[in-house]
Amino acid sequence: MTDLLTSLDQSGEADALTRLHERLETDAASAGLLDVAYRTVDTPVGALLLAATEEGLVRLAFEREDFDTVLEALADAVSPRVLASPSRLDDAARQVEEYFAGERCRFELPLDWRLSRGFRRTVLEHLVGIGYGATESYTQVAAAAGSPRAVRAVGTACATNPLPIVVPCHRVLRSDGSLGGYLGGLDTKRALLGMEAAA
Amino acid sequence: MSHPFERVVQEHGATVLRVCRAVLGVQDADDAWSETFLAALRAYPSLPADADVAAWLVTIAHRKAIDVLRARARDPLPVAAVPETESSTGVPGADDSELWALVATLPPKQRQAVAYHFFAGLPHVEVASIMGVSADAARRASSDGVAALRTLRKKWSD
Repeated sequence: MTDLLTSLDQSGEADALTRLHERLETDAASAGLLDVAYRTVDTPVGALLLAATEEGLVRLAFEREDFDTVLEALADAVSPRVLASPSRLDDAARQVEEYFAGERCRFELPLDWRLSRGFRRTVLEHLVGIGYGATESYTQVAAAAGSPRAVRAVGTACATNPLPIVVPCHRVLRSDGSLGGYLGGLDTKRALLGMEAAA
Repeated sequence: MSHPFERVVQEHGATVLRVCRAVLGVQDADDAWSETFLAALRAYPSLPADADVAAWLVTIAHRKAIDVLRARARDPLPVAAVPETESSTGVPGADDSELWALVATLPPKQRQAVAYHFFAGLPHVEVASIMGVSADAARRASSDGVAALRTLRKKWSD
């Protein structure tokens, strides 16, 4: 059979599979089976992974988090029905690009908060209110979230933020003005703050 | 731990397409592929972690292909098969459409056995269970099919 199989020209196959994948994305979405759609977008801080459920953006990830690992985690935490499907994320990708072009100060996207619970979610919801170019300290955020002594827990909430950039944990600094930590790396945090300060 | 369904599409999409093309021909293969992966996506969350994903997909594709064949029998189209044309390369067997045309001349059981064993790489026992025949029958169907393909190809190229 090998002799016959070698006569199998696979050149037309890639095109067919691209077309079939697009059809699967459409069919899955209309059947309500596209639980998690994702795509990547290139930015000055590297490629970002965007993932959305039917409810909204559920995850934004930096390349250093390893996209395969992030997708495996989404399959476990949300649903294994995960498909590369750029169209659901057209709006989110456009807004991210506008943000990095300095043309957007706030995101207007439906968010799916299901990956954050309890105090962490309270913290993250507070962060949405920190405006473009502004910063707060971990201590201030803890007080605003109603637990002034939970400064360390605020740090954890920021470090595990499933929606960085859109939920601006990069705008939280140490009380002495030093950077603290960042999931996307300190260079990224510095770049985002620098960009916002310059605008 | 579960894997994203996208990985299943990336790893098995091409194999399932070849299986569909072998069993149904290039024209109807797209519909069968789409139906197969949509059904697989629906059932995916309940697939056991240790399942043989290739065998699972071929099982679904087998059923979807039968649906397509039944629909075709109910509503016969004016052209039931791709019309045979002169080979553009002048060398029969040199491009994939020739292989699909050869496979299309086999009886249905041989087409299925060849597709599932040689194109999808499933063992005869698995092929037998998908087709609902004995392992011996599956083995015979695929070896008869391949022998017929060789003879046909030789005839076409002489």
